[in-house]
Amino acid sequence: MIRKFTMTGLALAFSATSSLAATNITWWHGMAGRNGEVINEVAQKFNASQTACALTPVSKGTYEEALASGIAAFRSGEQPNILQVFDAGAATIINAKGAVIPAEDLITKAGYTFDRNAFIDGVRYFYADSDGKFVGMPFNSSAPIMYINDEALKKAGVEAPKTWEEFEAIAPKLKEAGFIPLVQSQLTWQFTENFFSRNNIQFATNNNGYDSVVDTQLKVTDPNLVMMFDKLKAWKDEGYFGFYGAGWNDNQKMFEENKAALWIGSSGSFGGLQKTAQMPFSATFLPYWGSIKGAGTSSFIGGAALFAMSGKSDEENKCVADFFQFLTSPEVQKFYHQATGYVAITKAAYELAKAEGYYNEKPVAEVGIKQLMLPAGEWSKGYRLGFYPQIREIMEREYGRIFSGEVSVKDAFDTIEKEGNELLARFAKTAG
Amino acid sequence: MTHAPLSSPTPAAPFPSGAGGLFRRFKARPSEDTSAKRVQFNSPLLPYLFLAPQMAIIFIFFYWPSVQAIQSSFYLEDPFGFGSSFVGLANYTDVLKSNEYLGIARFTAVFTALVTFFSLSIGLLLAVKADGVIRGNAAYKTLLIWVYAIAPPVAGLMGMMMFDQHIGPLVKFAGLFGWEMKVGLNYNDTAFAMIVVSVWKQIPYNFIFFLSGLQGIPVSVREAAIMDCRSGLRRFWTVILPLLAPTAFFLLIINTTYALFDTFGVIDVIVKDKAANNPITLVYKVYMDGFRGNDLGGSSAQSVILMIIVFVLTIFQFRFIERRVHYN
Repeated sequence: MIRKFTMTGLALAFSATSSLAATNITWWHGMAGRNGEVINEVAQKFNASQTACALTPVSKGTYEEALASGIAAFRSGEQPNILQVFDAGAATIINAKGAVIPAEDLITKAGYTFDRNAFIDGVRYFYADSDGKFVGMPFNSSAPIMYINDEALKKAGVEAPKTWEEFEAIAPKLKEAGFIPLVQSQLTWQFTENFFSRNNIQFATNNNGYDSVVDTQLKVTDPNLVMMFDKLKAWKDEGYFGFYGAGWNDNQKMFEENKAALWIGSSGSFGGLQKTAQMPFSATFLPYWGSIKGAGTSSFIGGAALFAMSGKSDEENKCVADFFQFLTSPEVQKFYHQATGYVAITKAAYELAKAEGYYNEKPVAEVGIKQLMLPAGEWSKGYRLGFYPQIREIMEREYGRIFSGEVSVKDAFDTIEKEGNELLARFAKTAG
Repeated sequence: MTHAPLSSPTPAAPFPSGAGGLFRRFKARPSEDTSAKRVQFNSPLLPYLFLAPQMAIIFIFFYWPSVQAIQSSFYLEDPFGFGSSFVGLANYTDVLKSNEYLGIARFTAVFTALVTFFSLSIGLLLAVKADGVIRGNAAYKTLLIWVYAIAPPVAGLMGMMMFDQHIGPLVKFAGLFGWEMKVGLNYNDTAFAMIVVSVWKQIPYNFIFFLSGLQGIPVSVREAAIMDCRSGLRRFWTVILPLLAPTAFFLLIINTTYALFDTFGVIDVIVKDKAANNPITLVYKVYMDGFRGNDLGGSSAQSVILMIIVFVLTIFQFRFIERRVHYN
């Protein structure tokens, strides 16, 4: 017992001396499981790489919980140095002028040069302001991609579709072969937000919300989007599309269990799917509509970014800048990319992984990056919409009603637009 | 929601503590108070000192947040607290004008009524039956009580597995009768699953109280009743149930608040973090708008509305239902 105490005492003394000299910074994130472990590994690597700063990552639960904790902490002056905020919450933190120091300013102030062009196109705008200045530092980025059940396609004797028209043509054959032709896992992210990006259609007024919060309005009654959901509903009725609710895993399960032929998932699903899928699989880009002019552009990034919270000392801010610099170095990016399945966000990291032959070994890991590197369209850079998590909830509710037959597609989008615009107007008041 | 200590409000006992004592004080019958044992304190400050920790907790964890909620319900502010503007009652009118909110309120009312009714009646039925068992009664009672030790999210998780659309045994069972149950997709099916899991979770609690209430009914009263009336059912309605009324009334209030608030964990697990078109209760809506949507003003207004509902409900229960409860 005494020995145990002595050991603990010694350990404490050592850790105290080592952190005495270093500046401590904290990082709150919303990742759990394996992804949470990888964050700890990244932090360890950073702490081992230098002695001036000591970074402590803290898991705050889910993305939503991390944002809520960050907000509560900021209000009481106890904010962490770095807060991870997910795509849908970006408007909340970026519009709160003064809550964060733009990543680009922080890094430049610390004496580094910041090169926007070092980042791959798809991640460059989403967390930036309308001038293109990086406010958040893109961290874990993913793209919605289509996973392919190789056996199912072989059995039906068809090729993976590039467009939804091609899907319509092969769906009966897949069904005949005994598979559910198509499942997906998140209608909001994959069939709404990224419907707009892949088909290069405007999502909201005010330049998708980037220019101003005042009078920003959704454009979800766009006839093309309505057509997409009319098709999904018709496909479901004909047995070409399986819908198992708003939960991600309930839908993924059908693909894992070799019951579905095609599944729209995330590029980040790759790691887990390798363990759970009962059949060989490959992946390709999220389909678009060949009939829509200018379609086939890159998708928005999903995932989350890191934000440097304001109200911290210069010393600590310098450490945060050091860490951001460390995080975007090709080696760390490559490590993170390979350990989690999230895409590499810099061109250098992508080239490094490619040169090592990583994608020959695992071609699926490259699909998300390639999709993000497709030519950008006018409307594929991102969106900035306030109270967006709640707008997503409205969409989820109405989509559920579409597939249970309670409302028509047209009525559902009218409701989403009406309630969504009310929330946007409300947000404009809070930010004004 | 504090849970009362596990003593039964037996009518014959001189109300030493617990629920019976609590409610008797509300009745304010001074003539009986004089007969109760009174503790004398040497210093007039001492009782307040003893009360202080409890009062501090109530103040910090209840009154203070309540006042803050009421205050922020009149403001519209950005989540980080940079700017907040006074909007008067706009948050309330926005909420009350919303058809969605009214739909959720309707569901909450139905849900609360059904959960309270079924968990009370099934708990009572089981208690009466277990009270009659003589051989091996400890085993029965333990089996009926242990469910209470399960935390709500775990109960929700277990319930969700029973109702899982892919592997749930209850879904397969319902399929035998031609009921294609789709929890998570179909509003009514999800509501059904929520009610079943919530009731299942609460039955043991009611069982414990009813059982101890039954055991507190003096044998002499029961024997006298047997002599007067041969019908067991009639004896139950005319003699046993009235004597159980204080317990039942206490449980009615506890179960109502359980259905309104404590079912949060069950609901969260059943909707799997994504409510979509599934039913939710008012308290879950507060969480969704406040913690996930970061709309502080709106969710504060909702929680004040919820506070008023509970306040009115409790007053109603004390005023109109407790009148029919006889404590001695």
